[in-house]
Amino acid sequence: MKKKSVEAEKVSKEAHAYTPGLKVKRSMTINKTRRLPIPGEVFVKVGDTVDYNTIVARAQIRGDPEIVKAAIMLGVEAEDLPRYVKKKIDERVSKGEVIAAYNALFGLIKKQVVSPVDGTIESISNVTGQIIVRGLPMPVDVEAYIPGKVIEVMPNEGAVISTNSAFIQGIFGIGGETHGRLRIAVENPQETLSEDLITSEDKGKVLIGGSLVTYEALKKAVEMGVSCIVAGGIRYRDITKFMGTEIGVAITGEEEVGLTLIITEGFGKMNMSQHTFDLLKKFEGYMASVNGATQIRAGVLRPEIIIPHSEASKQSDEDELAMGMQPGTPVRIIRQPYFGAIGKVFRLPVELQKLESESLVRVVEVKLENGEIVTVPRANVEIIEE
Amino acid sequence: MTALKKPKDEMQYILATDVGSTTTKARFFCRKNGEWRFLIAGEAPTTVEAPYEDVTLGVRNAVREVEELTGHKILSPDGSGIIVPYDGKAGVDLYCTTSSAGGGLQMMVAGLIKTMTAESANRAALGAGAIVMDIISRDDERQPFQKIRRIRSLRPDMILVAGGTDGGATAHVVEIIELIKAAEPKPRLGVGYQLPIIYAGNKEIRKQVDEMMGKDFALTIVDNIRPSLEVENTEPARRAVHELFMEHVMSHAPGYTKLMKWTDVDIMPTPAGEGLAMQLIASTFKKNVLGVGLGGATTNVYSIVDGRFVRSVSANLGMSYSVTNVMKEAGVSNIMRWLPFRLEEEEVTSRLSNKMIRPTTIPQTIEDLIVEHSVAREALRLGLNHHKSIATRLKGIQVQRTISDMFEQELEETYIKMMIIDIIAGTGGLLSHAPRRVQSMLILIDAFQPEGVTRMFQDSVFMMPHLGVLSTVYREAAWNIFDKDCLVRLGTVIAPAGIINPGETAMTVELNMPDGSKIKESIGFGEIKRIALSENTEIEAVISPHRGLDVGAGSGHQVEKPVMGGEVGLILDARGRPLQIPQEEAEKKALLLKWFKALDLYPPDKLEELV
Repeated sequence: MKKKSVEAEKVSKEAHAYTPGLKVKRSMTINKTRRLPIPGEVFVKVGDTVDYNTIVARAQIRGDPEIVKAAIMLGVEAEDLPRYVKKKIDERVSKGEVIAAYNALFGLIKKQVVSPVDGTIESISNVTGQIIVRGLPMPVDVEAYIPGKVIEVMPNEGAVISTNSAFIQGIFGIGGETHGRLRIAVENPQETLSEDLITSEDKGKVLIGGSLVTYEALKKAVEMGVSCIVAGGIRYRDITKFMGTEIGVAITGEEEVGLTLIITEGFGKMNMSQHTFDLLKKFEGYMASVNGATQIRAGVLRPEIIIPHSEASKQSDEDELAMGMQPGTPVRIIRQPYFGAIGKVFRLPVELQKLESESLVRVVEVKLENGEIVTVPRANVEIIEE
Repeated sequence: MTALKKPKDEMQYILATDVGSTTTKARFFCRKNGEWRFLIAGEAPTTVEAPYEDVTLGVRNAVREVEELTGHKILSPDGSGIIVPYDGKAGVDLYCTTSSAGGGLQMMVAGLIKTMTAESANRAALGAGAIVMDIISRDDERQPFQKIRRIRSLRPDMILVAGGTDGGATAHVVEIIELIKAAEPKPRLGVGYQLPIIYAGNKEIRKQVDEMMGKDFALTIVDNIRPSLEVENTEPARRAVHELFMEHVMSHAPGYTKLMKWTDVDIMPTPAGEGLAMQLIASTFKKNVLGVGLGGATTNVYSIVDGRFVRSVSANLGMSYSVTNVMKEAGVSNIMRWLPFRLEEEEVTSRLSNKMIRPTTIPQTIEDLIVEHSVAREALRLGLNHHKSIATRLKGIQVQRTISDMFEQELEETYIKMMIIDIIAGTGGLLSHAPRRVQSMLILIDAFQPEGVTRMFQDSVFMMPHLGVLSTVYREAAWNIFDKDCLVRLGTVIAPAGIINPGETAMTVELNMPDGSKIKESIGFGEIKRIALSENTEIEAVISPHRGLDVGAGSGHQVEKPVMGGEVGLILDARGRPLQIPQEEAEKKALLLKWFKALDLYPPDKLEELV
């Protein structure tokens, strides 16, 4: 068997993209699954209308266990402990209540063990001499997060909420789910969102910046009670200072930093894509649900901005699995030396080509907006999903 | 279960894949003139995540690339998998795969004492190819409630519990079991199945362990990992980890049930395959080996020293997903110390954090390539430090100390000494894809700082895991391919340990060249030199170090040793150990440039432009 000969001019009709594109959609149906971490009770039914804060479901998470070294505290052997325990397994106990006691020498020696928490007795061990008291269950609520209609209920687990909305994915974010009214704080996508552009009237709002949000702006936004900041880029040192720690791996969403931050393009000063900016501008004044949670490895989760509106969906929810690069596909270059440049796929040569770095890789030729045609590794472009 | 579809001597084609966290890599092998050889590679993005959530899609795409490049049909037309066996026209005779997609195998381990049974359990889990999320022990300085909270927040794929020697402690081991049971850990994948737990502790309490855990967990009991303080027996636990990995973990990952049906050999965690490949090197050459797999998310370091195999994994040191974590742990200044040109700190931090959020991008410019190579040095350096903390002597044993030991401050923990390492082998995307082989060789030298005489190998196109898993069923074929197509002989580095004054002659090396001529090279302290010596050429070298420097026989003592050539050849590294990089910016840049030029590391014109 021989390797198939490949002519110099041979090109692929389609190629898979290594980096999935970020969605920037004006109108689409969003179905959000709102699920409890463990089985519980679901409060909504199919057809119900829900708002941002509607509690969809609630679960009782088992309380933390408390280990009580009872035998040591009583000064008895572990194997003798059961004789001195005053409660039975599964019996309810209150904090401070005596659960085991030891009397000797006609009551001259009295030792007691009390429960450290409100809860139930889970186990009494004659091997370790320990009593485990299980704390009371803690309720966990799941809210709707987006306003819309309940289209499906998973019994004991949660529900699916559906709404028509604009949908924009960011590249990186911090902070969890919240919502607020959109305000465009800058004139254009090239402008920096600085502290002087944020006022006390921005409390509870989702503020849109341009190419950069500064540390000072983030600090001011927290002071003013802003819900979320969306910007093209942020400096690494600013986000480190703001979070109080360096970012290690990109698994975020749990940070408690006073607001949610969504970056649409990347680190450093980076103009927000005109398309994203225009779309956000169109919906200025609308309410938006936002979430900064990002997980790049194992489960690619990107931050999101959901802007519910009543404009009918113009696009069909196309089959995303079919997405690939073809000549004409709009792409963004995501690495030096053309980082941030936007263009269209011009050609997809099959033959491996040598880069300046001397690596031999599969490339794509991209026709930039200014007409220039550049060659970049296929791995260094992402498809713009509009 | 392994069930080969054709006798080995009748096999013609073998396909192996590795489903990595980012990329699925297919490698296609065939028998040519009675010899197994690597034919072609195909790669495609891994499809473990939404919207695909089926790893077999990525496998199909990667295999399709192989089909396109060779014209050889491998995929069954109905999409049901791989055609096995080869029918004279299409298909392969054997298909096997490794996997680390979706975060690989994530484990929690527990033991009684941190430096004894817990450490042994940790080594067993790592040896099996796992990422160890946490190590719980009685003396880990956390309160029981803190340990419980930690266990509850982790979602491991499985837990390995050790504790007590056979006939030793019982109550304290039961305490650990009680703690884990109370914390009610949940498995990471799937909700409706029981979390696998392996008990490898004191055999006296197996019945109690079974009573306490048998109902709520998928419990497997194996031989004690530390039957006595002097003995560490990790093999039964390691085997159990692999069985449970297939049975419980893989069967719950997206698409794996399908993939398991396609393969003829059990799916193996990628690092386990890589570890087998490193062991293959050590057993074939009968030498001490230090190996490294520098991946996108993790760095695995393997050592086989005097027959003892140890693996460490630094879960958050990698070249893509974890690249900012390398920056965080090493410090950006340590990364920048390897740059021979000026780049603002902000530019470096931005580039690296952008790589983290777009992990599959690759450097296009020389400048960008050098930045990545700098990060690689630091990831490897930190990975080796971590490895040393795991490759330690067994603790808890009384050590006989001689009078001379008394003069040393304390017994050193690790037994990894660069002077006793004979071979260094590297694998992983960055090393395999380095445009010039000398680049990966210098990256390994700078990071590991070998001492004395050390042979260097690297993976040609990342197929060590593939060959590792293949070696479990067909060792001859695996070694054939390994030897001929995978293992790139980079060459040998001769590096004296110690420091003397700059400019003094560090060593003289006399080489008896294959053509009968003699070469005598003297090299000044602080310099590095490359001598061409082709692959598979072995020559005798007489190395005479300056007083204060050691190449294996002690300070100033001559060493005579055979040295092997390779694609790079010989590198005489007289920069000293530990390696000194000047703090002063201009001095540093000049020195790096001198070293880079001496080795012809990057295209000289581009390098000049940057500087």
